[in-house]
Amino acid sequence: MRLEQLASKCGEWLRGSGPESDIVISSRIRLARNLAEYPFIRKCSIADQEAVEKALRACVESVSSWSGLTYFDVNALEEVDRQFLVERQLISREHADAEGARAVAIDPEEKFSLMINEEDHLRIQVMQSGLDLENAWEQINQIDDVIEDTLTFAFHDRLGYLTACPTNVGTGMRVSVMLHLPALVITRQIEKVFRSLQKIGLAVRGLYGEGSQAMGDFYQVSNQVTLGRAEEVLIKQVREVVPLLIEYERKARDFLIQENHENLHDRVSRAYGILCTAQTISSEETMHLLSSVRMGVNLGLIGDIEIPTINKLFIHTQPAHLQKLRGIELDTADRNIERAHYLQRHLNRDQDSQEFEKN
Amino acid sequence: MKCQQCEKPATFHITELTGSEPEEIHLCEVCAQTYLAQPEEADEVSGSLANMLAEQIKIGQTAEDLQRLDQRACPICGITFYEFRHVGRLGCPHDYVCFEEEIEPLVVNIHGETEHVGKRPKRSAKGTDKQTEVIRLRRELAAAVEKEDYEQASELRDQIKEIEGT
Repeated sequence: MRLEQLASKCGEWLRGSGPESDIVISSRIRLARNLAEYPFIRKCSIADQEAVEKALRACVESVSSWSGLTYFDVNALEEVDRQFLVERQLISREHADAEGARAVAIDPEEKFSLMINEEDHLRIQVMQSGLDLENAWEQINQIDDVIEDTLTFAFHDRLGYLTACPTNVGTGMRVSVMLHLPALVITRQIEKVFRSLQKIGLAVRGLYGEGSQAMGDFYQVSNQVTLGRAEEVLIKQVREVVPLLIEYERKARDFLIQENHENLHDRVSRAYGILCTAQTISSEETMHLLSSVRMGVNLGLIGDIEIPTINKLFIHTQPAHLQKLRGIELDTADRNIERAHYLQRHLNRDQDSQEFEKN
Repeated sequence: MKCQQCEKPATFHITELTGSEPEEIHLCEVCAQTYLAQPEEADEVSGSLANMLAEQIKIGQTAEDLQRLDQRACPICGITFYEFRHVGRLGCPHDYVCFEEEIEPLVVNIHGETEHVGKRPKRSAKGTDKQTEVIRLRRELAAAVEKEDYEQASELRDQIKEIEGT
């Protein structure tokens, strides 16, 4: 499988289905593991790092049920291809920018990926559409078992799985749920929500963003603690807070509809109008407007677009995706034009789009 | 519609709910970002683990103690305590043992716990100290090869094989 083939498709986590999928985009779990016989990345020699990559690759390739996995040597990839994998959330920004032998193995449906030589030797990641952490845990636990059949992970009797950073020690597990919270952003309640989550030991991060900066009003809620609580307990903690966040977001949406219907409808319609007609548009503005449109569709203010289409547009209008889909490298100005055309083609489906695609 | 704070077109329409009545604010992207970023309280928790470590470790240490501590190095991977507290990343599994006293309060601060509960690997569920020894042997092996001490190198290779074989 080549990256171009991935580009036209859409990862499992963007399917837009699953429980509460109007607000909950995806559920993911990752496990941090290190091979016991090698230093952590920071102290790996070039040879060590290559040996770790080789050992993990051999292990991945020996599992017969994983024969469909695609293995990418991240070091050998072009910058735009690394960026592409970051946009799809298959590797992290840090992994893309790092140096030395490193790789990623990707399941054809993009339900899981194995990042090799990121901050730890191995980061296993499982993604599910909607709110479905139990399933994600079942899968990742099994993947971990399979790898552990052939390799020995660094483990300490009292501290559990040992990781390069003490923030991940113990279970090595990060559970996160990605939510779309535009109404909480509009009503400026989001900061308040974040602070209360922090108080109960949960972290909130914006999609692609650093700190609390969120693109397209997407936020990831995850556990901060990894030690001293069993995996199921950590999952339960995140799982139980999500319905509350959904409720707050729904209340904020109801408030906007009841108290401010014209303004809300205006906001959504304008966003849609710009996306359908713009001739050049930045990635930031696109994300921002798509967020309004997404909420508008969920509230029944806009018809004839499907949520999965909008979910897909969030990813496909990112810089590297546009270039992969177009098949050529584009600078910022050309990307903005290409993005506007792409949006027009996919939002004005019934009208001139078919003609456009023929040309 | 123009931005209320400058001449650019307003693309952000914010509804402020903190007053007695909802208030509409219309801003351009730049002004909106500044407006929304108005911190109610600044917090820089993320991304500064190294700073947190540095701060925590300094507490209760005299300058001389800290200097002595900084120079301590892990016998397995060679990372100094100074390096760890600056980058916030450990060098190998043994660091958790050799810097135990210093790492323990950190772990408590982050997790509020000191003992792992949950999944254990089927193999080496009691810990992987023996495998850690391989890290040291490999480092010594590289040094022996560097010095062209092939006799020692061959001995080290045998030792590594022995542990790996078990």
